[in-house]
Amino acid sequence: MHQTTYHRASSLSEAVKLLNDADDGKYVAGGQTLIPTMKQRLAAPSDLVDLRHIADLKGIEISGDKVKIGAAATHAEVAEDKALAKACPAISHLATHIGDPHVRHMGTIGGSIANNDPAADYPAALLALNATVHTNKREISADDFFVDLFETALEDDEIITAVSFTLPEKAGYAKFPNPASRYALTGVFVAKRADGVRAAVTGAGENGVFRADPIEQALASSFDASALDGITIPADSLMTDIHASAEYRANLVAVMAKRAVQAANG
Amino acid sequence: MGIEGIGARVVRKEDKRFITGLGRYVDDMVVPGMKHAIFVRSPYAHAAIKKIDTEAAMAMPGVIGVLTGAQLKDDGIGNLICGWMINSKDGTPMKMGAWSALATDRVRYVGEAVAVVVAETRGQARDAAEAVEIAYEEMPAVTDAVKALEKGAPQLHPEAENNLIYDWEIGEASAVDQALDGAAHVTRMKLVNNRLVPNAMEPRAALGHYDKAEDHFTLWTTSQNPHVARLVMSAFYNVAPENKLRVIAPDVGGGFGSKIYVYPEEIICLWASKRTGVPVKWVADRTESFLTDAHGRDHVTEVSLGFDRDNRIVGLKVDTIANFGGYMSLFSSAVPTYLYATLLSGQYVIPKIHCNVRAVYTNTTPVDAYRGAGRPEATYVLERVVETAARELGVSPAELRRKNFIREFPYQTPVIMNYDAGDYEASLDAAMREANYAGFPTRRDEAKKRGKLRGIGMSCYIEACGIAPSQAVGSLGAGVGLWESAEVRVNAAGTIEVLTGSHSHGQGHETTFAQVVASRFGVPLEQVSIVHGDTDKVQMGMGTYGSRSGAVGASAIVKALDKVEAKAKKIAAHLLEADESDIVIENGEAKVAGTDRTLPWFQVALAAYTAHNLPEGMEPGLKEGAFYDPTNFTFPAGCYIAEVEVDPETGHTEIVQFVAADDFGNIINPLIVEGQVHGGLAQGIGQALLEGCHYDPTSGQLVTASYMDYTMPRAGDLPSFQVSTTNTPCPGNPLGVKGCGEAGAIGSPPAIINAITDAIGNNDLSMPATPQKVWAAMKASQ
Ligand SMILES: Cc1cc2nc3c(=O)[nH]c(=O)nc-3n(C[C@H](O)[C@H](O)[C@H](O)COP(=O)(O)OP(=O)(O)OC[C@H]3O[C@@H](n4cnc5c(N)ncnc54)[C@H](O)[C@@H]3O)c2cc1C
Repeated sequence: MHQTTYHRASSLSEAVKLLNDADDGKYVAGGQTLIPTMKQRLAAPSDLVDLRHIADLKGIEISGDKVKIGAAATHAEVAEDKALAKACPAISHLATHIGDPHVRHMGTIGGSIANNDPAADYPAALLALNATVHTNKREISADDFFVDLFETALEDDEIITAVSFTLPEKAGYAKFPNPASRYALTGVFVAKRADGVRAAVTGAGENGVFRADPIEQALASSFDASALDGITIPADSLMTDIHASAEYRANLVAVMAKRAVQAANG
Repeated sequence: MGIEGIGARVVRKEDKRFITGLGRYVDDMVVPGMKHAIFVRSPYAHAAIKKIDTEAAMAMPGVIGVLTGAQLKDDGIGNLICGWMINSKDGTPMKMGAWSALATDRVRYVGEAVAVVVAETRGQARDAAEAVEIAYEEMPAVTDAVKALEKGAPQLHPEAENNLIYDWEIGEASAVDQALDGAAHVTRMKLVNNRLVPNAMEPRAALGHYDKAEDHFTLWTTSQNPHVARLVMSAFYNVAPENKLRVIAPDVGGGFGSKIYVYPEEIICLWASKRTGVPVKWVADRTESFLTDAHGRDHVTEVSLGFDRDNRIVGLKVDTIANFGGYMSLFSSAVPTYLYATLLSGQYVIPKIHCNVRAVYTNTTPVDAYRGAGRPEATYVLERVVETAARELGVSPAELRRKNFIREFPYQTPVIMNYDAGDYEASLDAAMREANYAGFPTRRDEAKKRGKLRGIGMSCYIEACGIAPSQAVGSLGAGVGLWESAEVRVNAAGTIEVLTGSHSHGQGHETTFAQVVASRFGVPLEQVSIVHGDTDKVQMGMGTYGSRSGAVGASAIVKALDKVEAKAKKIAAHLLEADESDIVIENGEAKVAGTDRTLPWFQVALAAYTAHNLPEGMEPGLKEGAFYDPTNFTFPAGCYIAEVEVDPETGHTEIVQFVAADDFGNIINPLIVEGQVHGGLAQGIGQALLEGCHYDPTSGQLVTASYMDYTMPRAGDLPSFQVSTTNTPCPGNPLGVKGCGEAGAIGSPPAIINAITDAIGNNDLSMPATPQKVWAAMKASQ
């Protein structure tokens, strides 16, 4: 690693100031993506501004049908939150299957969505749950937040403070892990509400997380795995890499969608 | 006998220090004034080096030296070599290209060392390494061995036309062709043995220290064979004469073959220490391990197996192309020839065998022996083609094998090997019983109800361990003898040190060798210490690989024990006033047989050292050395049965049962043997389902150069193994042992693939059988 100066911010305004005062600063949360990148010398920020100790970014709140998860909540905190597990087991399940225990105890939901890795799990949940991303400047809908591979609507010094969503009637997540990294080779999150079904796919799209229309349409009339029998997903805009061809991913989208629905229906 | 001797299930003595973090590895070694090296490596698979400019790097903070291949040549350091001469079938010797420890004019694989920076800290060395300016002119690369042989392929070495290192054969081609022509049925397959990265838990490391006062070098290194390293660095690389070079291999965290070879970094750390005047340490990071540890396997093979009307095998024809990478690693040439083709008879009577092997340069990491070394490749070819033949012939795979088993020993195969003992049917029956083979159809039907495709697959492997009779390997081109040495030192108070040339890097020698000694004299295990891994302590040794430590290393110990026992008996007879032939040594005492006259073991030892009262003319002391040269290989064999369930929707395979029935001959410590089998199976299952190198075919970059893309087996990928052993003692060595270190990795891949192909009904499936590949194979057969 190159020389870098670590700062621990205690408030949002301090964090922004620290970043803007730095030569080439970066926010850091769990460091599970940023630190490995620095070790490989693919990133060399002059300053790191740690966001995890800002009170505004902490905690998981559920009031009525509203859920708000602080950006600095670790994957382990999300996975282990009992009230959340009751209200929306799909998201607890998702958090339980991110990486390994080390990663889950360091990595944060804010860091994960800010990074917007095309194989990360949370983006699928946020998009399917029609979540809102709260920042120190504004509120951004998940639809607008995830822009492209590793690209979000965030401005350079903008800080994600929380993620919120209204509880769905039912939700489910099914992930087929990449055999090596255990990120999602393909993961599908489905959320059913009175006004319809949203199904978001991660790990498969050429441009990152996306909503799968054919699945949403098929499930709109009947929220049952059998509604997806025989469905075909076009492979055109899906990724091909050494682990999976676009055709294989297209198959996995359909299969994981079915399993997500089964999980949602318990 | 109350002693933790041969056959006892003793917990490993060395585990306490490993588990409590007290092991001492090369990176734990600190020498006063020690500095740190970082290598500048080629980012290209194939390029000409136009210019190396070290000026900017030299000016960086903390930098002590920046060294290049030109300086290495100035100092007369020799090129790396392959130590086993193979001749092509036209009689010409193999075509070895030059390999300088630091490249001077051309690089041939991504990761090849070009320069080294020595600096006060590792971080400073790394910063300076980035400042070394190297002008490359990129050249077209070829990573696939089959393509490298094609007309117009990029050429790697001027010495090797068409990238062909050798075109070797064994057996008579025309006789096999004739046998296949006359066969009632011939099964033909094209098989790929996937390239693997060894992935030892401890990355390679070296610490070179030149002592100017003594004009003497010391190297701490991650080696499986420190004496071989010293020999090669002295005799061939001109680093220092043997008497001026001490090589120490302390605790080593796994090798699997990859730490047999002498690598550029070890040579450079020694040389750079003299050049810069400071001790120089280098520790690989994981990326360097992926890019520069010798890889394993990488064969493409066409095989034909012929049967007569009675389903007896009449002939086997094998044509293999072996990818050697950019340079010939130390023992690379022997792996696809004498460690591969000589095992192609398997457990079967095969009257005619022919095997042709072409060894090929490509722009990839050098390939050499990796756990099993040639035998996994041979077993994969034979056991897949036999299983496929059974399916084509419509007979039981178990019965087809049984029908063709070798049953009389010794058995001379048509491919050099002479099997000394075995009972293949015993392993087959044991495995089938344990697997409840007969109950498989019921289990398959039950799985089907759950939406799973269940398959069963078998592999009856044989391998050759205890490498090897020196004269025989010498006649086949080996540059070294493959004996082992031992010294047994009984101390004055009766405790015992055994010095052995067999290095331990996970095998448990400190326990098993001590058991052999404890058995002999009936002394407690903790009174026996095993000393290894230091050329200043142990006189000479050939090291640990090819499951040779038990069969060869322990045999040398037995020979030395024989001498110690003979002398101890003479002393005891003298002191007990008895006839030497009446003395027995057991339970920690010498006694006169049939009487109650005894002498505690420590008193025998003490008498040897006080020398107050020894037999007339006897030298004082109780210490003996021996060299043991085996008379034959040993031949462990066994039967593995895998059962898998495939998810038809995703292609994901779960191993639901794995049975291993091995014949390792006599067993010194069943607990350690089981551990070795478990580890070998994990690697074999890794090869079958998970692991595999992927090179970008145009750029020659190793795409699978981290755990993000290279799938190491995790505990959850493995079933609970059902292992057991049968025993035909090896007649060739005093302990009757055969070797167990590699069997798991040798026998398991074909069993797994045979099970998956059975489940999905398509024999065309290659390793690693990833979900994507299995899914594609299912689709293809629909
Ligand atoms: C071995 C391993 C396995 C993994 N497996 C998975 C997996 O299966 N599934 C999965 O989804 N992920 C996986 N991950 C990634 C993990 O989830 C990371 O936690 C996540 O990608 C980044 O979160 P972080 O808190 O560590 O962020 P950091 O690494 O600290 O930061 C990442 C980026 O986000 C920015 N950032 C962080 N917090 C904020 C914020 N509040 N506002 C604005 N910008 C911010 C940083 O500046 C940086 O650019 C894995 C990681 C590892 C190392």
